[in-house]
Amino acid sequence: MIVQNQERHNVAGASLRARDEIHDLAAHANLLLELVHRDLTVRYKRSIFGFLWTLLHPLLLMAIFTVVFSHLFRRETPHYETYFLSAYIAWNFFSQTVTNAMASVAWNGPLMKRVRVPRSIFTLSSIVSGLVNLLLSMLALLVIMLIVRAPLFPSLLFVPISLLIVGVFTFGVSLALTALSVFFADVREMVQAGLPALLYMTPVIYPVSIVPASFRWIVERNPLTYLIEIVRAPIYYGHLPSPRTIIAALAVSLISLLSGWLIFRRLAPSFEGRL
Amino acid sequence: MNAIELKGVSVRYRSEKVRSLKELVVRGLRPSRPFFYSLRNVTLAIANGESVGIIGSNGAGKSTLLRVAAGIIQPSEGVAIGRGSIVPLMELGTGFEAELSGRENILFNGALLGRTRAQMRAQMDAIIEFSGIEQFVDAPIRTYSTGMIARLAFSIATAVDAETILLDEILAVGDASFRERCDERIRKFVREGRTVVLVSHDTDAVMTLCRRTLWLSHGEIVGDGRSEDVIREYEAHRSDAG
Repeated sequence: MIVQNQERHNVAGASLRARDEIHDLAAHANLLLELVHRDLTVRYKRSIFGFLWTLLHPLLLMAIFTVVFSHLFRRETPHYETYFLSAYIAWNFFSQTVTNAMASVAWNGPLMKRVRVPRSIFTLSSIVSGLVNLLLSMLALLVIMLIVRAPLFPSLLFVPISLLIVGVFTFGVSLALTALSVFFADVREMVQAGLPALLYMTPVIYPVSIVPASFRWIVERNPLTYLIEIVRAPIYYGHLPSPRTIIAALAVSLISLLSGWLIFRRLAPSFEGRL
Repeated sequence: MNAIELKGVSVRYRSEKVRSLKELVVRGLRPSRPFFYSLRNVTLAIANGESVGIIGSNGAGKSTLLRVAAGIIQPSEGVAIGRGSIVPLMELGTGFEAELSGRENILFNGALLGRTRAQMRAQMDAIIEFSGIEQFVDAPIRTYSTGMIARLAFSIATAVDAETILLDEILAVGDASFRERCDERIRKFVREGRTVVLVSHDTDAVMTLCRRTLWLSHGEIVGDGRSEDVIREYEAHRSDAG
């Protein structure tokens, strides 16, 4: 830790403690801001639309899916664009952030070998950048809802809490996957292949009601179903998610954070030999 | 007080080949792969205000020693203690983002070294002046030459107000006049009572800049003392071997 008048002991075999890592991250808050700033600006530095690409991507998909599915699901889901986007934005945050976090740790590997920074800072900065994009997408969704005259409900005020829960879940998954991907290059490929499959196992594009009863267990056992639901319910259905859904989503995200941290903590001390 | 203390520090790696899931399934997890020791049972203390050179052939563990001292890697055995603020300057161009301008990279690098934007802004002009890249400071780093990047990296690391500075093979680049200014700045550091640890293949530079020298061989300290003595021994050993 680069703090004046501080004594730093680095003991063989000492494991990473959550409290120390949190202190360390707090001491590097400034670096976190720089990393987020870099994430958000560098990516689009040489493109003409720049930051807009972040918004254009889900909007383009929305246009496609609305054309394809809104007629099909007309009875189940009026205002299909809101139905789709309210869930897809959250999904997109999850899948993009997980992918970016793995890339970020690989990309910043040389850096981790040369300066002392908290090991989880690159994962955390991917989450924060993702959340910034997520908020912008949510604003874009609001604009679309106004344009298509979808009803705006007071339950929208619950959305920040939902996003926070989704953020915690994503952080846990990212910690585990980034740590694993440092040791096994296959993990990145598996995630790339797995994410689209997971999308179709989650009711993002289609309503649950069209899933045949014999397959419904897949959707019901998929933790992402609950995380998507707590975002969609207050936006699209205009009511708070059921207590059962909230508890399920909360439990899933806490389990994700805890197991993600345990995996990360186990692997992080040997990162530098593998990066 | 000691700026850096190592007590019985070893750093070892499993000598392993590229491991993929497939390989893992085929071979299973074999726990007893041999270890490779990058540092072996090193004990040393560097006092505040000392200037210490580290010499030795490639793969002797010089950079590993700096990394342990900086707290970048955890020792496999023993304890490493660092006191006060320690700034490592290791291998060039790390911590530079190709698409960002020189100015933006100064801020980013400062953040990596634990400094705030305000602290870096206050130093900005001095850093730019010392590095001699005034004309290019607003152009993206990808347009810089290796020498320019080296100068910028050195300027940033030495402008940051640190009690201890660790320099890894940094003086090998840059032209003669820049090297002279680097040497002068390192001497100034020493005069100010800061701690300087310098890894270099250039024994002349070590001789002029450092009072004390450590000689590493195969991860162990084989010489430690006044620079003249250790370097004389080292050179004699080298000419014997050569």
